[in-house]
Amino acid sequence: MDKKMKKETSNNLILKFETFVDKYKLLLAAVCTVLLLVFPYMGVNQYILRIVIMIGIYSMLALGLNILTGYTGQVSLGHAGFYAVGAYTASLVALKLGANFFVATLAGAALSSLCGLLLGLPTLRLKGTYLSIVTLGFGEIVKMITMNWDKVTNGTLGLKNIPKPVIFGVKLTLSNNGLYYLMLVLVALTALICMLIIKSKIGRAFMSIKEDELAATMMGIKTTQYKILAFVISAFITGIAGAFYASMIGFIDPNSFTFDISTLIISIVIMGGMGTIRGMFLGSAILIVFPEVSRFMMDYRFVVYGIVLVLMMRFRPQGLLGWKSQLPYKFPKLARQELEKQDKSILNTL
Amino acid sequence: METLKQIKKTMQESRSLYKEKDFINGAYIKNLKGRSMLSGFSPTTVERVIIQQLFNGLALGMAYSLIAVGYSMVFGILRLINFSHGAVYAFSAHMALFFIGMQFGIIPAIIISIIITGMLGIVIDKTALEPLRKKNSMPIASLITTIGMSNIIQNLLMIFFNTERKTFPAFFDFGMLNFGGVQINSTQIVMCVVSLALLIVLTLIINKTKLGLAMRATEQNSKAASLMGINVNFVISFTFFLGGASAAIAGALISGYYQIVYPGMGFMVGLKAFAAAVLGGIGVLYGSVVGGLVVGVSESFAATFLGSSYRDSVAFIILILVLIIRPTGLFGKKDIKKV
Repeated sequence: MDKKMKKETSNNLILKFETFVDKYKLLLAAVCTVLLLVFPYMGVNQYILRIVIMIGIYSMLALGLNILTGYTGQVSLGHAGFYAVGAYTASLVALKLGANFFVATLAGAALSSLCGLLLGLPTLRLKGTYLSIVTLGFGEIVKMITMNWDKVTNGTLGLKNIPKPVIFGVKLTLSNNGLYYLMLVLVALTALICMLIIKSKIGRAFMSIKEDELAATMMGIKTTQYKILAFVISAFITGIAGAFYASMIGFIDPNSFTFDISTLIISIVIMGGMGTIRGMFLGSAILIVFPEVSRFMMDYRFVVYGIVLVLMMRFRPQGLLGWKSQLPYKFPKLARQELEKQDKSILNTL
Repeated sequence: METLKQIKKTMQESRSLYKEKDFINGAYIKNLKGRSMLSGFSPTTVERVIIQQLFNGLALGMAYSLIAVGYSMVFGILRLINFSHGAVYAFSAHMALFFIGMQFGIIPAIIISIIITGMLGIVIDKTALEPLRKKNSMPIASLITTIGMSNIIQNLLMIFFNTERKTFPAFFDFGMLNFGGVQINSTQIVMCVVSLALLIVLTLIINKTKLGLAMRATEQNSKAASLMGINVNFVISFTFFLGGASAAIAGALISGYYQIVYPGMGFMVGLKAFAAAVLGGIGVLYGSVVGGLVVGVSESFAATFLGSSYRDSVAFIILILVLIIRPTGLFGKKDIKKV
């Protein structure tokens, strides 16, 4: 009885929070936008700015993985592979062909999504854990290729002097805040695209595959096609993040894309709450800031990181922000208009 | 702090006790020098290299299959990839080194390390995985938990034993054996024999004892098994113990072979053993032996003929090919999904 009461009040808290957010949606959005826009002028140093940009990059990575793992239910343990493909392709295109940042990024994302397509094809035959194993192998193989293909990737020494993005003749760097704003634009675009995908027919197909693949097939959803599509979209977003990372840091080597990065990305997705978009930002903020803040703990911080993961899985496996919406169901605009035409009294009862 | 200093001191002592030997990628330079030609069968250089690499691969492969068995058993029962297994393997090697440093003698030290590592397996299961099973949480939660556990173990090892590479005594090196012009290191033969014996013992435990019967029953259907009066949680813990103990034996063997020990050593070996387990059909014991041998042999051939930097990727390329062609591995049973 006591437990039940507690649950109800906590549900109410979420409900209250959600109604509050819903009520002041525009105001909150405006405040957040303004805060994010003026953030570099609030007296932060480059160190903090760099961390914030890293949070942005990992939010993009998490959003990419979230499409695949959170919505479609295919667990990938090799996203560092896509990240590396995006970063290396973009930097090589920029370095060897002298291409613009945006062209290079598109090239990186394109090759990354091609890899996604190739990796997605085994989903025809593989399920669940076996698929995760293949993605894990993919991540390792990409790392081996970047290490051993000396002529192109410069082996373990890595690529140096990757050019910074240039817009209308202005070089975007950390000190003129250009990189920060570019990051904001990229993250906002990614989040927008993710939201649009999720709200579309494709998104509903993804979610149905996650819930029950067999039932989805019965409902006429071509599960294989959609799974491959999820891989491609996810790899594309990850590739963009990789290209931006390479351009920001200016130096990449195979050790920037280890298995640890893959686990970090999946930890962010799970910590924030799988299948939510809001969770990705909180998750990446926590997991990127944590190692920086806890420097006083020295070597113990990665032990603590492991303990946090274990405890998180035990006590809140749905993630920090992974609640189901408590708000009453709202009809989409078009459906609402249809209903209004037919009978106004129906709407009142709803 | 006092104990920490003591540990460090003993570590240093143990380091000074055994002199470092020259090795390239784990293979002795000694291997390549001083061959004696016998009359009769006189292999050419290429043949000799091939035979030596074959033995090298077989020895490594047997040790891999000991680790793979741990993955395989846990996967068979829980349908879970136990990512902490690589860290458990690294832990076992450090424990063995620690007790050798405490002047326990080599064999007792290894036995203690086997028991402690088995206990660690139980601890991982009881503290982290059992609560998740009780809550019936989603599979990915357990996966992340094991990643977290491996993080904890590996970093604790780094704190207590330093990140540097420490030398491990070559406790089963009886010199070189000569088979008609082909020199084979006795360590490789010892590794093969010990691993094979242990794998046979494991198979006997699983196929002939009552506990093994309980394990197989739990693997098939844990709910039905618990209705038949089998203590499923005990069986799972026992599986973790067996997995940990076999990883500890593999740890002692591989450390004695390469003669280096460091906290990050479990990662790559763990992944390879895992690849071996999947290759042979995860959940099937003899499958992981075959998988381990394939991975070990292909690795040592890749190291000689393609260059040492490719040795790690070969396992994964084989793994992916096998999974695409035959998703359940070489000997895996097909999962039948009933609606």
